[in-house]
Amino acid sequence: MRSFLEWLGNTSWSVSLLESFWVWPLIESTHVLAIMLFVGSAMMMDLRLMGLRFGGVRASDFTSRLLPWTRGGFVVMAITGVLLFYSAPLRYYYNIFFRFKVLLLIVAGINIWVFHSRIHRSVGEWDLDDAPPTAARVAGAVSFLSWTLIVIAGRMIAYNWFDCDLQPQPGLVNWAAGCILPGE
Amino acid sequence: MLLPFFEWCEATFLGRVVRESIWMFPVLEAIHLVGLCILGGAILVVDFRLLGTGLKDSTIAELDLQARPWLTTGVTILLVTGVLLFLSEAIKCYYNTSFWVKILTLPVALLFTYVVRERFARAATYTSAYSRWVGSADMLLWFIVAAGGRWIGFS
Repeated sequence: MRSFLEWLGNTSWSVSLLESFWVWPLIESTHVLAIMLFVGSAMMMDLRLMGLRFGGVRASDFTSRLLPWTRGGFVVMAITGVLLFYSAPLRYYYNIFFRFKVLLLIVAGINIWVFHSRIHRSVGEWDLDDAPPTAARVAGAVSFLSWTLIVIAGRMIAYNWFDCDLQPQPGLVNWAAGCILPGE
Repeated sequence: MLLPFFEWCEATFLGRVVRESIWMFPVLEAIHLVGLCILGGAILVVDFRLLGTGLKDSTIAELDLQARPWLTTGVTILLVTGVLLFLSEAIKCYYNTSFWVKILTLPVALLFTYVVRERFARAATYTSAYSRWVGSADMLLWFIVAAGGRWIGFS
């Protein structure tokens, strides 16, 4: 893995992307601004599922009419996110916040899969309920919480407090960040 | 002329506390971004409807009423964290073009959303040429505010 990422980070496109004066900031800004569309619209749907707002609006309206916009936002997030990772693969791979973010993305992804493959199937029975069934409310809460933490973790990637080249670090940090220490 | 005011801001107790802590600025920035998500969702749900897309089975007035508390929640989170972030680096902001773009567009966006759009949306049912104009202008204003904000860190 390490040698692959090392090779990836040394490809000429990766190097010029990282060093570019305009392109990197523009990609990063697009990544940040697209949260308004992607996380924002997902959160509104989560609020509906939790029964916290949008009573009177069908839950299925969110999944049929708003979700295409959420998906569009996700595509922008994913493309810009992959490009940012590509600009400095090793740095991100050994960044504790990046790792935390990836774990949370997996949690959010499983939650989406469970919601759409199981909970949403019975949407016809609770489409207009102000307070949807417990399973739907839990899915909404898990989604809201995981995306909130993903945004926070994503912002923290910029800080190098726990980077492997800043030793000594607590053992837990070195383990979580996957640091390879001298003499190992 | 305004520089003494910015210098005073930077010297405030809160400005100093945030500046002298290593983790406070990053944490406030992260919460600022969570506020941006909530604002983005609450703004776009209504603006999309004004443009004639998104949650079309509900009326404009209905969505506006439902989204408003979360709009205000998002704005509140952004203002509280934003003021603290600003106080910690007020003098840097004074010399930063992006900051001025953002801070001068912000009151326009707030007024537009809470007065112009609100007055219209409260009584509106369906999409019209005027509603499309209101929705587009609202999205553009908030885009400038958010993009200007992100660019403060790059310039």
